[in-house]
Amino acid sequence: MTVALEAEALHHAYGITPTLRGVSLQVRTGSLLAIVGESGSGKTTLLRCFNGLVQPTAGAVRVDGVDVRGTPGDALRRRLGFVPQTGGLLPHWSVLRNAALVPRLIGHADPERAAAEALTLVGMPPAEFGARLPHELSGGQRQRVALARALAARQDIVLLDEPFGALDALSRAVVHEAFEHVRAELRFTAVLVTHDLAEAARLADEIAVMRSGVVEQIGTLATLQAAPATAYVEELLLRATAAARPLVGQ
Amino acid sequence: MSAIRSLRMRVCRVLLSAAVLLGSGTPRHVAAQDAPERAAVVVASKPFGESFLLAEMFAQLLEAEGILVTRRPGLGATEVAFEALRTNAIDVYPEYTGTGLLAVLRDSMTTAMREDPRRLFARVSDEFARRYGVRWLPPLGFENGYAIAVRRETATRYRLRTLSDLARESGALQAGFTNDFIGRPDGFVGLRVFYGISLRSVRPLAPAVKYQALSSGAIDVIDGYSTDGLLARFDLITLVDDRHFFPPYEAAALVSPRVSAERADVIAALSRLSGRLTEGDVRRWNALIEVEQRPIADVARGALAELALVRAAGTGDVATAGRAATSGFLAYSWARRAETWRLIREHLVLVSIALAAAIMVAVPLGVLLTRTPRAAAWVMQGLGIVQTIPSLALLAFMIPVLGIGLAPALVALWLYALLPIARATYSGVSNADPDAVAASEALGATAWQRLWWVQLPLATPAVLAGVRTSAVITVGAATLAAFIGAGGLGEPIITGLGLADSRLVLSGALPAAALAVVVDLALAAVERAVTPAYLRRRRTGV
Repeated sequence: MTVALEAEALHHAYGITPTLRGVSLQVRTGSLLAIVGESGSGKTTLLRCFNGLVQPTAGAVRVDGVDVRGTPGDALRRRLGFVPQTGGLLPHWSVLRNAALVPRLIGHADPERAAAEALTLVGMPPAEFGARLPHELSGGQRQRVALARALAARQDIVLLDEPFGALDALSRAVVHEAFEHVRAELRFTAVLVTHDLAEAARLADEIAVMRSGVVEQIGTLATLQAAPATAYVEELLLRATAAARPLVGQ
Repeated sequence: MSAIRSLRMRVCRVLLSAAVLLGSGTPRHVAAQDAPERAAVVVASKPFGESFLLAEMFAQLLEAEGILVTRRPGLGATEVAFEALRTNAIDVYPEYTGTGLLAVLRDSMTTAMREDPRRLFARVSDEFARRYGVRWLPPLGFENGYAIAVRRETATRYRLRTLSDLARESGALQAGFTNDFIGRPDGFVGLRVFYGISLRSVRPLAPAVKYQALSSGAIDVIDGYSTDGLLARFDLITLVDDRHFFPPYEAAALVSPRVSAERADVIAALSRLSGRLTEGDVRRWNALIEVEQRPIADVARGALAELALVRAAGTGDVATAGRAATSGFLAYSWARRAETWRLIREHLVLVSIALAAAIMVAVPLGVLLTRTPRAAAWVMQGLGIVQTIPSLALLAFMIPVLGIGLAPALVALWLYALLPIARATYSGVSNADPDAVAASEALGATAWQRLWWVQLPLATPAVLAGVRTSAVITVGAATLAAFIGAGGLGEPIITGLGLADSRLVLSGALPAAALAVVVDLALAAVERAVTPAYLRRRRTGV
């Protein structure tokens, strides 16, 4: 087993408020780790430690076994795909140009071809959507373009910061499908931050439950269900099951 | 000193060639640069009728001797004109001994000086030479002191003949004085105390509106000059200074250190006017300008011919000018069209150079400040303070460093134009779609790439709105540049205000207002054209 991403004893604080209090975890190459927790649990801070947008006060972050402290921030971020919560597409650029951003940044020979391939993969064929501007798309379509942008340079590792959280249920289902399709196709490693345990259950290979800057438990859904490590994990599972029961029951 | 002068010349030359490159009319002052061995003598005046007339007489007298002359009529006020003379930015202008003593030397008038104008002349002449190297040529022969005037009807009703009478009745009367008079120790400041005058109200009024306000009855008392042609036009009574408060104001040519030292020919030519002018002659000539609105150049030519100082010119153009003065404003404007176009071109050169330079500095500055928000507050505050300096004061500050003319005007206009552009750039860049900026950072765009690809394109409409604001401000402020001899549409405004000639004022003010509107509309069109499609559509409601 190889490890794509690794956090070791990470500490971080905003001012005097601690956000990470000794977080250690590993993400296997090709797997998807979901980080689940409430707002303020430290899950987004942890994600931002991986691509250098946040500097931990103590501990180490390794990408493909190499400590990131040796890599300049811009270079590190170009290696890691990123999908933000609200798309963050450049409003004055066409869909195709947006998707070609990262290939352009890394000096790809043909950024637009790479972008077109990625757009096709996420179900946004460039012939139809390539020339449009972001404001002409639905929220779900914008998130798919953001996904294509994160993948256009064929990154091995993609970080996703609650990318489906702001969508309505129907769009979310469509984007989930697109995401699963792309992942099956490209087999990248991913870290998905979400507050939705059901989403984590659907998409993730492993789930890390975070609370107050600490990882309470990490493992597959089955492991978590069989032996919840803390009362909080148990409660989280119970609530997610209760919410899903009416549908599951049928 | 000479290093500063040569630097100034170099700056002027660069700016002038820039002006020529901009494809507009060559400013008059270029002519001065064409005489390599003998620099042109710069003849200037302050902005009122008699000063215009005397300066024009100086200029024509010098030209009659074959001396090259550059005219800079209507310089700000005493401070501007004298500062320019002291620093050799101009060479000669008409001044009055009383003003020299009180406003420049800030000395007080002795009783001996009040009684004998020669003592006053000796005092200013010695002190100016000692302190500034500036030379007073022998007086021209007449005095033009302050005069306090009322309507004939007011004089009869309140039995006013002297300033002591005015003090007695002052509680019932309202005054309109020029700013200059209100603030001067030898003006209203001293007069009030000396005679014990306490008027019901004192309003600051421009010379142009002062006489109209008095004759319409809005005010009862104004200040004027004893040789004022307008006193006759409005049938006004001047009150006798029965206790001799006003000091003697003998007119004389004031000459720069450079000309005093190097140009005996200029001194000789100008000295031919000394002692030749009488108060009656000057009042009559002033009336030709202020009442009959004859062109100053024609009146000056006629005056010099009367004195047999130059050969008499044909009377043809004087008569034509007289007819033009009685025709309507449209015909008047049409007759002036060539001059107006020239002034518009000069104005546009001033505005475009100042604005272009402001854009080149303020846009990068605004961007830079987004990197250091703490410095941003300080810099914006500093630029805000510049904005609050009255335009005329800012122009006056420039004179010791840059002299007068195009260079100081451009620097002052440039300073005014900076703030709106810098502030618009700063807020445009810092408020550019935060999600898009954060996302491009998270994907590995460098700070420069974020700026070029995201922040600047998104800030463009805001930056242009700032440029538009600055442009309109600059078109307006550039009219004041005429106070320091930079030309433009302010020239007829200032001359017209000095001559109480509202048509002349309008012939500058209307094109200036139209220019502001045209510039605003043109830049609005540019703004629409460069606004990114997504913003444009959003605005129209998609």
